[in-house]
Amino acid sequence: MSFLQALVEHEFLRVALAAGLLSAVGCGVVGTLVVVRRITFMAGGIAHAVLGGMGVAHLYGGSPLVGAAVAAVIAALLVGWIAHRGGQHEDMLIGALWAVGMAVGIVAIAHTPGYSADLMSYLLGNLLMVTREQVLAMALLDAAMLACLLALWRPLVATTFDEEFARLRGLPTLALELALLVAIALAVVVLVQAVGLVLVMALLTLPAATALLASSALGRVMLLAAAIAAVEIVAGLALAFQTDSPAGAVIVLFAAAVYLGALWWRRQRAAAARQRAERPLSEPGAGVPDFPP
Amino acid sequence: MNAAAALEFDGVSLSFDGTAVLQDVSLRVPRGGFVALIGPNGGGKSTLLKLALGLFGPDRGVVRVLGTTPAAARPRVGYVPQFATFRRDFPVSVREVVLHGRLGRRAWWRPLAEADRAAAAAALREVGMHDLAARPIARLSGGQLQRVLIARALAVEPELLLLDEPTAHVDTRAETGLFDLLAALRSRMTIVMVSHDIGLVSRHVDTVACLNRRLLCHGAAPLAADALQRLYGMPVQLVDHRHGSPALAS
Repeated sequence: MSFLQALVEHEFLRVALAAGLLSAVGCGVVGTLVVVRRITFMAGGIAHAVLGGMGVAHLYGGSPLVGAAVAAVIAALLVGWIAHRGGQHEDMLIGALWAVGMAVGIVAIAHTPGYSADLMSYLLGNLLMVTREQVLAMALLDAAMLACLLALWRPLVATTFDEEFARLRGLPTLALELALLVAIALAVVVLVQAVGLVLVMALLTLPAATALLASSALGRVMLLAAAIAAVEIVAGLALAFQTDSPAGAVIVLFAAAVYLGALWWRRQRAAAARQRAERPLSEPGAGVPDFPP
Repeated sequence: MNAAAALEFDGVSLSFDGTAVLQDVSLRVPRGGFVALIGPNGGGKSTLLKLALGLFGPDRGVVRVLGTTPAAARPRVGYVPQFATFRRDFPVSVREVVLHGRLGRRAWWRPLAEADRAAAAAALREVGMHDLAARPIARLSGGQLQRVLIARALAVEPELLLLDEPTAHVDTRAETGLFDLLAALRSRMTIVMVSHDIGLVSRHVDTVACLNRRLLCHGAAPLAADALQRLYGMPVQLVDHRHGSPALAS
């Protein structure tokens, strides 16, 4: 049975596809800011601290979503405070938060009585097990994120580009940076349920990095990153379905391959441009296209 | 308040982690002045600018800018930082960067007005970068990027323009262009620039202040050779770029 046929026949695949596309929107938009601001490590710290919150919520019989959200916001504010404080140990402290968050989650999951959630499902997620409710939550989160982004666009870009100058112009840069981190955290929370921690990190970084190779206007990079993520998720899902492989892992590998391909294409193009520039003007054919029409 | 100096430091001292960066610095820049702060690296030049911007306060002494506190004066101060404060590969166009100079003129969640776009376009024309408004900053040369940063500061419509090492990343030809630009601006605003290029600045500015933790000299340009020797702790030869031959400052 082909992927398209299966898509028509099985609702769970359509739900998985919707979840994937909604993830693509969140990842494209937030991920672009993560990549240009070079805070992948911070995003990773926040994402992994989320595991601690979910584990603890699990252990005490609460909703993992609430536990994850609480942990994510606390982690985001903590990371923001560590970064604002500066100091020599910034990366170490974020690394420690990353490890401690995961450790708390693993211990809590191990002590949860009865049926224990599989750790692997948190790490790599399972797109095929996503519920309609989760898709609705993801759609709401995406809509909220896009609305905030549109409202805060220029102050946020100015702060992300040159925090000091933005602060001198009277913008509340600390609040904007904390808001960005909280947005990353909330994106992670909803995405983790569907696609797992590893895929969240991959989708926050690889599509945006790929898009940055092709465009240098921030808004266009975001749209392109979302589109690239969407294609990668759909194609990865289809590939995983055909080959009976774990969807999350296949999507990650596919996204990495696309990034490497884009990098290669960019290198080729730059080399060709260099060659054209080096050709002396007096040489016959200079300034004329290589392939006349 | 027009009688107030553009920039006034009175007995200012500051130390970081127990190391004195500025000691008992008193300095007065009148309105309309064009002053260069020179001195060796680590002599406290950039720190002095950051005190004037209110990015941090002094341990002792008073800083007054345009007759008020540095923080209160910020809306009327334009600042051109060194490149180090942002990433050159950031996906943003020249026009967008200059528009950032218009932020903070109204509540920050309000959209830009037509007047803001006009001011940004005027600033770009003034620095001669209007044709490249749509270009991403990643594809600018050092001199072009410097002009964009100056345009961003001009979009603020400042009364006081502070520049931190504006000649650090540009070639000699662009340096000359930069000083022509600053000379054209000084009829509208007070200019204070940090530089390590003594030979270059002393031909263009009207006052030079030498800073090496303390304010060692403060007077009309060009500087006397003995003042430079005190500043750097060794004899200093000024190279006059104009004639291309070395000439002693004395």
